[in-house]
Amino acid sequence: MGKLTIGSFTSLIGSMSLDFAVKLAESAVNKGYKVDFWVSGNATMLGKKNQSKFRDYSYLAKTVQDLIATGNFRFCICEVCAKARGIHKEDAMEGVLIHSMDWYLASCFDADRVLHIGGE
Amino acid sequence: MAIRKLAFIVDKLPHKTETSRLALTHAIASQTVEIYLEDGDNVEPFLVFIGDGVLNCVKDQKAIDIYGVTSLGMHIQNALLVGLNVYVCKEDLEKFGLTEDSIIMDAAHLGGELKTQIIPYTEIEKRVEACDHLLFF
Repeated sequence: MGKLTIGSFTSLIGSMSLDFAVKLAESAVNKGYKVDFWVSGNATMLGKKNQSKFRDYSYLAKTVQDLIATGNFRFCICEVCAKARGIHKEDAMEGVLIHSMDWYLASCFDADRVLHIGGE
Repeated sequence: MAIRKLAFIVDKLPHKTETSRLALTHAIASQTVEIYLEDGDNVEPFLVFIGDGVLNCVKDQKAIDIYGVTSLGMHIQNALLVGLNVYVCKEDLEKFGLTEDSIIMDAAHLGGELKTQIIPYTEIEKRVEACDHLLFF
């Protein structure tokens, strides 16, 4: 099976684009694809630990953690974008990678498809 | 050994959301991508400004003075300096009454040799068709 690279940079709360991107990633992993998921800008909030579930808001953290556990899903947050928002290594969920933007471009290099989703 | 062409398309206004900035910073990050790749492999990004996105290229932006942050213009100059091709849609530029004199055309003061290329949309389409992956900002 192929590899899909998804990039997203929309807000965790306030936009449904990130929800769509995570759902797409989940479907791809369930079908046997490997997925690299890159978040930058406001989307880095998705990598933060201790998110709480409320019915009025999207709760994607559990899905992301479950996907990481499959071994076929890499979730990486932009280091600078995260730090600018006060998210440091110790603030990230377990299994979340933190790299600079070149990681995303390297993932694009060997991806069969790149889906860059977002815009606010 | 392979080269993957990545098209970064920007159609958003500058200094309204973070979108244009992210397009530029991601494209410029190509300068260090080799650390993740095999010898001889690389990516070749290029930037395309279309629609409202051409306003990112306007000269003399004052973001550093007003907001205390780097301007999109500074990033465009950095992109030219590191050798990224920058294409601006001719028709969209004209739509805003802008000319070559209104936008950032080079980074000569930094030692850059590349120039911004103002080209018709049909030429942009050809370049996009020739890329491996399209990243639409």
